[in-house]
Amino acid sequence: MADLAARPPLLQVARSRLRLRPGRAGAVTAGLVLLVAIAGSLLAPLVWPLDQSAVALDQTRLAPSWSHLAGTDDLGRDVAHRAVYGLRVSLLVGAVAALVATVLGGVVGGIAGTLGGRVDRILMRIVDTIAAMPHLLLGIFIVAMLRPSLGAVIASVGLTHWLSTARIVRSELLSLRTRPFIDAAISGGAGRLRVLTRHLLPHVLPRLALATTLMIPHAVWHETALSFLGLGLPPHLASLGNMINDGQGSLLTGAWWASLAPGGVIVVVTLAIAVLAARWRDRLDPRVRAELHL
Amino acid sequence: MTRSGRLAGAGAVVRRRLLVAVPVLAATSVGMFALGAASPVDPAKQYAGAAAFTASEENLAQLRANWGVDDPLPVQYLRWISNLVQGDLGWSTSRHEPVASVLAARAGWTLLLIGVSLALVLVASLLLGALAAYRRGGLFDRALRAAAYAVQSMPVFWLGLAAIAVFALALGWLPAGGLTDVTATSTSWPDVAHHLILPVAVLAVSQAPWFVLFVRDAVAESMRDDHVLAARARGLPGRTVLFGHALRTALLPFLTLVGTHLPELVGGAVLVETVFSLPGLGAVTVAAALGSDFPLLAAITLVTTAVVLAANLATDLAYAAADPRVRLDG
Repeated sequence: MADLAARPPLLQVARSRLRLRPGRAGAVTAGLVLLVAIAGSLLAPLVWPLDQSAVALDQTRLAPSWSHLAGTDDLGRDVAHRAVYGLRVSLLVGAVAALVATVLGGVVGGIAGTLGGRVDRILMRIVDTIAAMPHLLLGIFIVAMLRPSLGAVIASVGLTHWLSTARIVRSELLSLRTRPFIDAAISGGAGRLRVLTRHLLPHVLPRLALATTLMIPHAVWHETALSFLGLGLPPHLASLGNMINDGQGSLLTGAWWASLAPGGVIVVVTLAIAVLAARWRDRLDPRVRAELHL
Repeated sequence: MTRSGRLAGAGAVVRRRLLVAVPVLAATSVGMFALGAASPVDPAKQYAGAAAFTASEENLAQLRANWGVDDPLPVQYLRWISNLVQGDLGWSTSRHEPVASVLAARAGWTLLLIGVSLALVLVASLLLGALAAYRRGGLFDRALRAAAYAVQSMPVFWLGLAAIAVFALALGWLPAGGLTDVTATSTSWPDVAHHLILPVAVLAVSQAPWFVLFVRDAVAESMRDDHVLAARARGLPGRTVLFGHALRTALLPFLTLVGTHLPELVGGAVLVETVFSLPGLGAVTVAAALGSDFPLLAAITLVTTAVVLAANLATDLAYAAADPRVRLDG
C-alpha cells in the first residue's frame, strides 16, 4: 500500500492499534450501520412508537431542525420518525421476498445442477427467456392483478428475482460434480441422497446465503419502486417508497427534505450490505478478490 | 468455417431459440391470464368507473356478455391469445381505446428515451472504464469505482428527484418535467430535446455503474494479454495501446452483455418517465396497473419481452459474425 506512507502517523498508529486495515475499517463501519438499521427497525415500536395515520397540520413542511431531524412533510409528519418505520417495512418485505426467491431459485438451480444434461439445458433456456422479461413490468403486472398489498408486493418481488440464484446454484453444483471428493464419496458407497446432503449442500449453502443477502437490497428497491409508483403498500403506511412518492409533491413546493431521508436510508443500507457481501465473497473465494473496499 | 456454413449455423440458432422462447412465452401468457382471471376486480365495473355505482345490473351484464368474461376460462384464453397472435392486442379498459393505438402513440417516446440513454451510457462507460483500467488502483480508478458503487445503491426515482431539486428548482437550468413547455401549442424538436436532457441523463447515470465496472474489469484483464504487452514493448503510445488494443479485445463480449441488460433499462425508463411526467409507456403502464387493465398490461409485458429476446438474439448473431472464434450453441 503506497498511500499508507502519506497518511499522518497518528492515524497509522490508531489503525495498527485497532488492527483496522483499509478493507476492514469499511467492513466494520458497514457492519455497525447494518446492526443499527436492524436493531432500530426491530425495536422501533417499543422505543419510539408511531401512529401511522396521525397528522399534525400545524407543523407542515418544517425544515430539518433539532426537534425534527429530517424535517416534516406536507401533513406535518416527522420524516425521520417515519423513515425508521419505512426501513422496518422495507427490510421485512425485502427479507421475506429474498427468501421466497432463494427457495424458488435454489430448487430450480438444484434440479438443473444435480441432474445436468438435457434437463439442465432446457431449464436454463427457460431461465434465460424469463430473464428477458423486464422484471419491473412483470412485478407491476402481478401487483395490479392481486391488488396492491403486502402479500402482493412480496409475491411480485419473489417471483421476479429467483433467476440469478438459480444460475448461481446450478453452476456451483455443476463444478462440484466433477471434483474428486464427490467421486471418492460415490466409490465409497454413498448414495445419491447422502452425496447431496453431506457433500454438495455444505458447499452450496454459503453461496446461497450470500446470494440471498445480496438480493435483499434488490428486493428493497423493487418494493420501494412499486410503492413509489403508487402500486405498493397502502399510501398511509410509512414505507420508504411511499415517503419518496409523497416527497415528490413537497419537492415542487420547496420542501426538498421530505424525500431526502427515506432515499438516504436506502442508499446507506444498500451500500453497507454491498460492502459486507464483497468481504464475505472474498472469504468464500480467495482466488477472486472482489474490488469493493470503500 | 465458410461464410455460408456460418449463416446456416445462424439459422439453426434462430430455430432453437424460437423452440424455447415460444413455449416459454406461451406458458407465461397462460400464467398471466390465470393471474388476471384470479384477480378480484370486476372488469365491467372497472370499465364503467364511477358510473358503475349508478349503472343498472342489466347494463353491466351486457358489458360482460359483450366481452365474454363469463365464458369458461379456456375459451377466453384461446380467444385472447389467438387475437394476440393475429395482431389484435385487444381493448384497453383503462384508456378506452385499442391497445395497439396506445402502444403506437406511446412507444416512440420510451424508445427514444432508452435509445439515447443507452448510446450515452455505452460511450461514457467505454471511455471511463478504459481510463480507469489503464492505471488500475490509481486515484481515478478508485474514485470512479467508489462513485459507481454509490450511484448503484441509489434508486433511480430518487436520483431523478434529486436531479429535479438541483438542476430544475435550485439552479433553474432545465425544466422539471413534461415533454414541451406548458405554453407551447405544438411539439418542436428543440423544445423536446431541452426537456429530455434531464431524464436521459438520470437514466444514463443510474444505469452506468454496471457498464462502467464491467468495462473496467474487462479492459484491466486484457491489459495483461500478450498482444497488449507486445504493443507496449513495441513502444506504441499509451492511448493507442489502451483504445486500439486492450479495449478492442474487451469490446465484443461487452456488446453481447448489453442485450441482457435491456430489461433493467426498461424498468428504469418506466420509473424515470413517472418522475418526469413523460408521455411514454411508463405512465400508461402505471395507470393501467391502477385500473387493473389486463389487456394493456399483458400486451406491454409480452411485447417488451419479445423485443428484448429479439435484441438478445441479434447481438449474439452479430457477435458470432464479428468474431470467428465464437461458436453459438444455443
